[in-house]
Amino acid sequence: MSDTSISPATSPEPVVKGRSLWQDARRRFFQNTAAVISLLIMGLIVVIAIIGPHFAAWDNETIDWNVLGDIATMGAPSIETGHYFGTDELGRDLYSRVIQGTQVSLMVGLIGSGIAVVLGTLYGATSGYIGGRTDNIMMRLVDILMAVPYMFVLILLLVVFGRSMWLLFAGVGMISWLEMARIVRGQTLALKSKEYIEAALATGVRHHVIVLRHIIPNLLGVIVIYATLLVPQMILTESFISFLGLGVQEPNTSWGALISEGASTLQYGTYWQLLFPLSFFVVTLFCFFFIGDGLRDALDPKDR
Amino acid sequence: MSLLEVQDLSVSFKTPDGVVKAVQNVNFSLEEGKTLAIVGESGSGKSQTSFSIMGLLAENGTATGSVKFEGNEILNASDAVMNTYRSAQISMIFQDPMTSLNPYLRVSDQMAEVLVHHNGMTKSDAIKDAIKMLDAVKIPDPKRRVNMFPHEFSGGMRQRVMIAMSLLCHPRLVIADEPTTALDVTVQAQIMNLLSDLQNDFGMGIILITHDLGVVAGSCEDTLVLYGGRVMETGPTNQVFETPSHPYTQGLLRALPRLGAKTPELATIPGNPPNMMHPPKGCAFSPRCGFANAQCAEQPPVLDLFEPTRSRACHVPKEALS
Amino acid sequence: MLTYILKRLFYAIPTLLILIVFSFVLMHSAPGGPFSSDRPLPPEVLANLEAKYHLTDPLWKQIGRYVYDVVFHFDFGPSFQYKDRTVNEIIAQGFPVTLTYGAISFAVAVIAGCALGMTAALNKNSVWDYLAVGISIGAQVLPNFVMAPILVLIFTLWLGWLPGGGWNGGQWQYLIMPVIALSTSFMASIARIMRSSLLEVMHSNFIRTARAKGIPARTILFRHALKPAMLPVISYLGPTFVVMITGSVVIDLYFTTGGIGQAFVNSALNRDYAVMMGITILIGTLTIFFNLLVDILYAWIDPKIKL
Repeated sequence: MSDTSISPATSPEPVVKGRSLWQDARRRFFQNTAAVISLLIMGLIVVIAIIGPHFAAWDNETIDWNVLGDIATMGAPSIETGHYFGTDELGRDLYSRVIQGTQVSLMVGLIGSGIAVVLGTLYGATSGYIGGRTDNIMMRLVDILMAVPYMFVLILLLVVFGRSMWLLFAGVGMISWLEMARIVRGQTLALKSKEYIEAALATGVRHHVIVLRHIIPNLLGVIVIYATLLVPQMILTESFISFLGLGVQEPNTSWGALISEGASTLQYGTYWQLLFPLSFFVVTLFCFFFIGDGLRDALDPKDR
Repeated sequence: MSLLEVQDLSVSFKTPDGVVKAVQNVNFSLEEGKTLAIVGESGSGKSQTSFSIMGLLAENGTATGSVKFEGNEILNASDAVMNTYRSAQISMIFQDPMTSLNPYLRVSDQMAEVLVHHNGMTKSDAIKDAIKMLDAVKIPDPKRRVNMFPHEFSGGMRQRVMIAMSLLCHPRLVIADEPTTALDVTVQAQIMNLLSDLQNDFGMGIILITHDLGVVAGSCEDTLVLYGGRVMETGPTNQVFETPSHPYTQGLLRALPRLGAKTPELATIPGNPPNMMHPPKGCAFSPRCGFANAQCAEQPPVLDLFEPTRSRACHVPKEALS
Repeated sequence: MLTYILKRLFYAIPTLLILIVFSFVLMHSAPGGPFSSDRPLPPEVLANLEAKYHLTDPLWKQIGRYVYDVVFHFDFGPSFQYKDRTVNEIIAQGFPVTLTYGAISFAVAVIAGCALGMTAALNKNSVWDYLAVGISIGAQVLPNFVMAPILVLIFTLWLGWLPGGGWNGGQWQYLIMPVIALSTSFMASIARIMRSSLLEVMHSNFIRTARAKGIPARTILFRHALKPAMLPVISYLGPTFVVMITGSVVIDLYFTTGGIGQAFVNSALNRDYAVMMGITILIGTLTIFFNLLVDILYAWIDPKIKL
């Protein structure tokens, strides 16, 4: 049509600069104050867990015979005695024990969620990408396993095979991979039906290229979010078992074990024995939840 | 007295990124039993105009101006007052029949509650009326269908249910917000015919909100063209179509596909609708208008009544357009 | 409907069989367990075991017998620890206690959680909303084993209002702290789910339709919005049940309420595998039935799901 009554006037289109998904996500994340503060505090806790032992006046096993008779007054937190966080009921330095517990609990969180993420992602992505009958059977199996009361089975395992820290780590991880598998499978299914995957298939791109170039990068966001939210769950689970006295064994300890000890001596007025491990525990969980929330806001495709 | 009299209606929304002026100084009126078409592309503010009449703006929206229904001011009335109008006097047919019915309630419950609330009927009487109304909108086997859930109906049938529901209390005014957009083309015609048949039977006034000029030509006495939240031109439909007085209306009409047209390509209006966060300073259409001059970019034109029934908002003289 | 339930029950069978066989093999292979001879057992216990398991039979026969007894007689056999008690007796003693405070906690969590979530959603950005969101964030990091000592610290040690433990036939003073400790985190989760789902529903198109119909806000909430808003809460109830029953172990341990959780921890510390297995299988069974109930409830509310 040659008529020019309505012709392209110079349209004031703003120039939109291309930004990668991850750059965009990073910008969103750093705009979230709660998440950034949590990240900083989390970093501080990790640093304390690593270099904390260098500042300890006592190690985590030595019993301070001077305070043993009168923990409630002598064992209180003090700089002079070198027990910055006080002592526990047996006269051991609580500062060293809390740091040791922090190391164990953080390790459980990382290793446990690592196991859950790897297992869940592999299983879920396989099931979702293959689809059809295989998917059906694999997911039915997940359904069946979902109904197993894992905490009880894990305790049974720990009792039967003896309480080893590694079994605990692995067991805690085994609990959560099912949920991860479901999430990843759902995402994979959704991705598979996206037009750009179909376009890639139609133009003859091979399966492993599709998985590497299209599926995995798109799953990464979801995986990162859930991995972050899994860590506090792992810490909670381990603490739960240790609280029951069935987790890590002396002289090793964890937040759950320390909280349990502190809780059992409340009536003697030694509140610090509960307060210090509890604060570490609560602050860490808070941080992980806020970081997870921040990541979700930053990466969730729903808001993009 | 007109059935509905809208004066200087403006709607704005507060968003985290700033204030969006969705509708600005819209005026129109509707007589009893007549049909007015409000035409515009998506984002032109036509849906928000209807929501503000019904008092259904989102929480962050505010409306100013005046909306008089049979002489009574209803803009920004309280929910308690509005509830005496909604459905009983003014009812609304929504755009998307797939999501506008409650999927968790039977059609019978959803229809009956209108009559039970507004007319004080018993539920069984109300359901009898609902069945009659489903029959009136030509839903086959309404006695059985009334007990079904919305997901058991097709899209076209659901829109019929919506229409039946909106007519239960014989309202004086029906606002139909793109009633056929989500439907197949064949079903669209059926629904539009149904609406005009029902208008003959019940005598209600209709505001038809649409982007589809083809729908307008067949069924509406008057047409109002919205762009960027402002009225571009109004008038009797046949006159607006025959001698469009605004470059935007011209563009819209030219973009209609026509049988026997000699051009190989469909005409389009170049450019994009304005960003309502930062609307153009002058006429909203000026960045896309082939006639735009310096004044257009600086100063928004006012609506000018150039014939007894027609008005336009354009700085360019009407004669210069053809 | 009936075929759906039967089908679900049919799928439950392999789950339970896997659980039973797995537990039995685990127990059988346990170093230092009753089936290995490196731990001297009292002769009476050994006699009970022999009578029950026919220890000289091949493993598959022993498993078969155990499965048969569990499935058809609900009989978990004798305890490894107490020579005159069976697993059934131990469970029967603790289960009513767990059931009592567990059911109360569950009801409290669901009712209070829904109420809190609704209040927050309907008064968005009000004091109530911030309070509800604050509570639910706080309760996320206060699991039952943290709540329990804090409650005892406040109500027993500082205020002296409530007994720090015991059961006393389920008297109300003894119930309060276990119920609060067990229900708080779930109440918070339910409140959070309810809040976001009700907010989403209230912004949906069909609620706008209901408003356009001119019916009162209360009717819109209760007739139109509540059902769909409840659906995410209902799907959360399945996992809640499992985690709550797991949490009862902490409650039993810390408040010495004497439920099956206490029996479980005691048997874990004493390597009484028979009791541990019995409790694990019982809870697995309950979980399956509860999930089935939840699914039926869900399908009953959502007409789009055909059973």
